[in-house]
Amino acid sequence: MSETAIRPRLVGPTAMERLGKAAPLLLAPVLALVGLVAVGDPSVWLTLTVAGLAMGLMIFIMASGLTVVFGLMDVINFGHGAFVSVGAFVGFTVLAWLSGWTQNPAVVLNLAAVFLAILASMAVTGALGLAFERVIVKPVYGHHLKQILVTMGGLIVAQQLIHVVWGPDAIHVARPPSLQGSFIVGEAAIEKYRMLAVAIGLVLFLAMRHVLRATKLGLLVRAGVENGEMVEALGYRINRLFLLVFMAGSALAGLGGIMWGLYQETITAHMGSEIMVLVFVVVIIGGLGSIEGCFIGALLVGLLANYMAFLAPKAALVSTIALMVAILMWRPQGLYPVVKAK
Amino acid sequence: MIDTLLSGDRPQSRTLALLLIAIGLCLAFAPFLFPGTKPLDTAARICIFIVLVASYDLLLGYTGIVSFAHTMFFGIGAYGVALALGSLGASFVAILVGVLAGTALSCALALAIGLFSLRVKAIFFAMVTLAVASAFAVLVSQLSSITGGEDGLTYRIPRELTPAFRLTDLRLFDVRIDGRLLAYYLVFLCALVLFLVMLRIVNSPFGTTLKAVRDNAFRAEAIGYRVVLYRTTATVLSAAMASLAGALLAIWIRYTGPATTLSMEIMIDILLMVVIGGMGTMYGAVIGASLFILAQTYLQSLMASAEAATRGLPLLPDLVAPERWLLWLGTLFILSVYFFPDGIVGRLRNRG
Repeated sequence: MSETAIRPRLVGPTAMERLGKAAPLLLAPVLALVGLVAVGDPSVWLTLTVAGLAMGLMIFIMASGLTVVFGLMDVINFGHGAFVSVGAFVGFTVLAWLSGWTQNPAVVLNLAAVFLAILASMAVTGALGLAFERVIVKPVYGHHLKQILVTMGGLIVAQQLIHVVWGPDAIHVARPPSLQGSFIVGEAAIEKYRMLAVAIGLVLFLAMRHVLRATKLGLLVRAGVENGEMVEALGYRINRLFLLVFMAGSALAGLGGIMWGLYQETITAHMGSEIMVLVFVVVIIGGLGSIEGCFIGALLVGLLANYMAFLAPKAALVSTIALMVAILMWRPQGLYPVVKAK
Repeated sequence: MIDTLLSGDRPQSRTLALLLIAIGLCLAFAPFLFPGTKPLDTAARICIFIVLVASYDLLLGYTGIVSFAHTMFFGIGAYGVALALGSLGASFVAILVGVLAGTALSCALALAIGLFSLRVKAIFFAMVTLAVASAFAVLVSQLSSITGGEDGLTYRIPRELTPAFRLTDLRLFDVRIDGRLLAYYLVFLCALVLFLVMLRIVNSPFGTTLKAVRDNAFRAEAIGYRVVLYRTTATVLSAAMASLAGALLAIWIRYTGPATTLSMEIMIDILLMVVIGGMGTMYGAVIGASLFILAQTYLQSLMASAEAATRGLPLLPDLVAPERWLLWLGTLFILSVYFFPDGIVGRLRNRG
């Protein structure tokens, strides 16, 4: 009679499982490598990659507010693009007032003017967010269908009001002189403004992560995303929290708007709804409600759009849609689905 | 007989019934009641948009999902006929080929979009369709060698449908029986048949299930209905209807371009017509489309005179300029979603 000892078995995650968990993080570097192979020339690749990162981070700035608002309150704001447009218009108006500073070649004055313009547009879009939330969104909490319709209506009205205030034509403003031109690294030309955009985007992402992970406010927001009723039961006013997040999201959209406007050097009332297409793609790729997913999605979309614009210009927008389809086939809820305790 | 035609879905309100009869009679005898090119064009547009809006209502009102890709399907139908007429010559065979190809492509696309975006949440669908539709619009304007780009396509339609064709030399109520009249009645009859078919669909057991899915998807799933299947089928059906409406438009105006079929403005127009007419009733589409297109044609001149009257005042002339009419429609849209979610038809039905 043989004794079969059952030895305890320690089951850790296998290599494949670990890879599966880390897979979303690897996507952007992998895409960059594939881009290097496809483009061929390293200096062109470097220029395209920086451009892609800049574009991705600007989209991230606009998309982050939208995704947190959805995660927290189940509110989807199709009028988010209106804040982007308004932010750009307000910022450009301020820049036009400060034309003495923006035409001066001094770096400090240029940056100060841009900074003031950003502050003004964030203040205006934040205030607008307050009004939008109270007047348009609040009456339709909990009705997705009505939310989509009403915020779409809000977008139309806002775009028309921009036409009334600033006139129907596109506005052109050149970037301040110290933000024009590019650095030369090796043989690659890297635009200065793109570096600034990358810097602002990264700082914002890190700051947002810090707020969400290490402060009480962030704790409440994360708890609210997971289970809003419980947060309310513990004595916090989730409506006020939500209003705050909505305003912050609107202000970020305004910031994204002026940055995008300076990037393109042309703004129209429709720029917001045009960029919203990419923003929605990013939010869907990342998983509705997830900041990290939104960040990765934005980088992917930015990089892919720039590589494709170089390789096959006509397929650029279609390629981002293809990316979205591919990601949804792989993970139907997006890269980082937000788990709701309901 | 009438009950069978209407699939047992009566208007349920005397005012509504009278309105519908009036609209129906006006459209049926439009060439004789309102002679002239512009009124006839308006009437044909109303017919086409009734089909388009009703097919959108099938999705929004009956199934409870929001799509922003409806103009894409509308455009595919129109471009199908336009390309077929352009390459195969002006014949009825070409029209048939175009209609079939366009509708098949719409169904395939709708099926694909539905299958991968309706699995998770209905809200995904709104975002995915918005992205896909704008990508499609960009693609159409870029592939100018095939689609004519922003300029669109002009083509010839069969001679029997053009004003040059005379059926007889007789005049009926002083109206010439020419090809244009035949084209109008082709559009009118097709629109009527399509509308009645949709009325039949929403009043079938399938339509009832759609409403159940709309009201409580979780419960419908629990009872044993495959919610995804029903939602996807509704999407495909409405896409097919939209491309048929697009084909009618292509035949009627003899031109197909992004501005008349694919633009976001048309999508917003459709949304407004559905909401103002009344979501979840096919008759809402009739009322909404008729009112909206009449307003679009005749209200803008009214706003121009308002602008002239307020000239000199600050800001006000800019607000009432005819180019700003979307501002007022947007406001009206928001207000009607809040206060009249059932639209005109819902109001009329609840009163009686």
